[in-house]
Amino acid sequence: MPNGTIAVHPQELDFYHEKGKHSGILSWLLTTDHKRIGLMYLFGMMIFFFTAVTLGVLMRLEMLSSENTIMQPQTYNSIFTLHGVIMIFLFIIPGIPAVFGNFFMPIQIGAKDVAFPRLNLLSWYLYISGGLFAIISLFTFGGAADTGWTFYVPYSIRSSANVSMTVFAAFVLGFSSILTGLNFITTIHRMRAPGMTWFRMPLFVWGLYATAWIQLLATPVIGITLVLIIVERAFGVGIFDPALGGDPLLYQHLFWIYSHPAVYIMILPAFGVVSEIIPTFARKDIFGYRQIALSSLAIALIGYLVWGHHMFSSGISNTSRIVFSLLTFLVAIPTGVKVFNWVASLYKGSIVFDVPLYFVMAFMFIFSIGGLTGLVQGALPTDIHLTDTYFIVGHFHYVMFGGMGTIFFASLHYWFPKMFGKMYNKRVAYIACTLFIIGFNIMYFTMFILGYEGMPRRYYHYLPQYHTLHVIVTIGSWIMVSGIIIMFANLYRGLRYGEKAEQNPWGGTTLEWKVPSPPPVENFDETPLVVAGPYVHDRENYIMHPGKELH
Amino acid sequence: MNENLEAVAEQAPPAEHIHRDDIGSKMGMWLFLLTEVLLFGGLFLMYAGYRFLYPDDFKAAALELNTMVGTINTFILLTSSLSIAMSIVALRREQKKLCIYLLVFTLLCGLIFLINKYYEWGTKIEHGIYPKGPAMEDLANGQVVYFGLYYVMTGLHALHVIAGMTFIIFVLVFIVRNKVTSTNYMKLENSGLYWHLVDIIWIFLYPLFYLIH
Repeated sequence: MPNGTIAVHPQELDFYHEKGKHSGILSWLLTTDHKRIGLMYLFGMMIFFFTAVTLGVLMRLEMLSSENTIMQPQTYNSIFTLHGVIMIFLFIIPGIPAVFGNFFMPIQIGAKDVAFPRLNLLSWYLYISGGLFAIISLFTFGGAADTGWTFYVPYSIRSSANVSMTVFAAFVLGFSSILTGLNFITTIHRMRAPGMTWFRMPLFVWGLYATAWIQLLATPVIGITLVLIIVERAFGVGIFDPALGGDPLLYQHLFWIYSHPAVYIMILPAFGVVSEIIPTFARKDIFGYRQIALSSLAIALIGYLVWGHHMFSSGISNTSRIVFSLLTFLVAIPTGVKVFNWVASLYKGSIVFDVPLYFVMAFMFIFSIGGLTGLVQGALPTDIHLTDTYFIVGHFHYVMFGGMGTIFFASLHYWFPKMFGKMYNKRVAYIACTLFIIGFNIMYFTMFILGYEGMPRRYYHYLPQYHTLHVIVTIGSWIMVSGIIIMFANLYRGLRYGEKAEQNPWGGTTLEWKVPSPPPVENFDETPLVVAGPYVHDRENYIMHPGKELH
Repeated sequence: MNENLEAVAEQAPPAEHIHRDDIGSKMGMWLFLLTEVLLFGGLFLMYAGYRFLYPDDFKAAALELNTMVGTINTFILLTSSLSIAMSIVALRREQKKLCIYLLVFTLLCGLIFLINKYYEWGTKIEHGIYPKGPAMEDLANGQVVYFGLYYVMTGLHALHVIAGMTFIIFVLVFIVRNKVTSTNYMKLENSGLYWHLVDIIWIFLYPLFYLIH
């Protein structure tokens, strides 16, 4: 038994083997176990992720030459839209909360499940149906939306493509996201183990908590906005149609009132994971726990008020542009606090270097570039020059993919032994991560230069002077994708043939490392008692069998 | 060893643990109501924007609405909110029959509200006032937007009335089958909360569309 504590059951079955009400595939499809639901999210997400990666590779292939090679302009438009919709609504937004949040948040707070297990399953079904709608829209009348993932009116009203279906997919996914957020907030409020005070919660839970509030408060606004696009297309009510008196600018406001906070939905859970991995491998308590926890909330709060920076060139007033620009600079401060604290946590630690920490280092490098180029666009004069160029594309791939994506991979490598009870080949993981970092930077850093030189985004064609740089970007995409493929092949190999993982292979201090790998169905045989903060390395912070150990 | 494992599996408590947390479920409901408020919030924001843009058109278009029908519907919904609140008290006092009557009365109010709405929309459509309708071509842009918002907001509200009635029907069945009782009435209380939300949204829609001068 773990910790050499008193065994209640001589041998506990893990959640894969415990017999539930159903067996076979139904034991997954009808489960209410948060761990199984988390894994089902992972499974669905991988399918959508690789679909979108394929679309991205195809786009880069088209851009290899300035001729019309493998696809028509209309197809290119649909493909970059669908690449964005799938990546954003199906991978980046739900990625870490739905997979790792579902699997680990209840364990980390010492609970047996989330507050509403059946609602949790419903969220998964909504997620899968939303994803299927998005993919089906590609093949049905008119083809997938060709508007870009922002669905800007009036084009999204006039376009002959099947915009309604793609938009509906995003609406359903939003609903799934709201329900997950609602579930997490209630769980964190109501189901913490005794002694788990707010400031003893792991920082991953804090990240999820801040995220859940944004999901709850921002998603409904985009929900209604997307519904209005469908209504507008079906009935022509005139709310967004300038020909009938509607105001397209109002659409942009409503869209970004959600979609800017959404970038913090994407990144806050990732920040949480970083704050988990660093103290584990630095063998040291995190530096500035409260500051990291509260900066998550500060980001959530300020992040709400900066949406206008997406509209600097849309014709909003100068006053509002200046205010939004100022607020944008302010939101960088709590983010800076986090990065500072992470680096300070590593300082004078007894660092054990391993695969997850390597990913986190990659994240810090990549995300810093992404964050700083964000300030370039937050400043009004430079932004006017760079709006709608490849600079923007480079920037948001640096922060979204480089930020959330890298940490998604880091989480997979960090929690893989706990989720599956197996270990992957670390040497191959290092190689894959290195390829990923090299390819990523070749690909997206070149985009900054392309954008600075004036290459507009969303064009399937370009002037000859951009040729060399486009070739470099495409070659970068090949290196990066081969890194990703090797990474997942390695994980799959680990899953099939890997050696059995220990209960605590990394020396982590949070609750998930105190239960067996993989965990039993109810996570704990007895509700643990929390006696100290989450990252204490030199003494026990949890009593796993209160009452028995105390005597 | 294998036998040992199976024996343990039998001894272990069933995977489906009974977890009941009344405060938690109420909290979940309040959070859900918050998202509903924000859903309508987007529409109210649009209303504010367009009314600021077209104040005169909005006043002119509002004259088309029948204030009487709106007032009657407001009265009906307010009454139904009262009856569902009373039904919760009745259940807590173990007056199951009274509770059921009050819920049926609430459902009837919802139904009458929808019937009124149906005739109200029907009259408009008869006059050609609907999106892309014949009367819309003569109207100013602001009036078109007003009616666009009118149809979208009252339509979405009507959908919420239907959803609320569906919840109430489910709870009614639970009460009849004694699954929702005087000690376990969270489902009734939550559908009551939802019904109040439907009511409160209407209280804002009513002056915004019917009472502007």
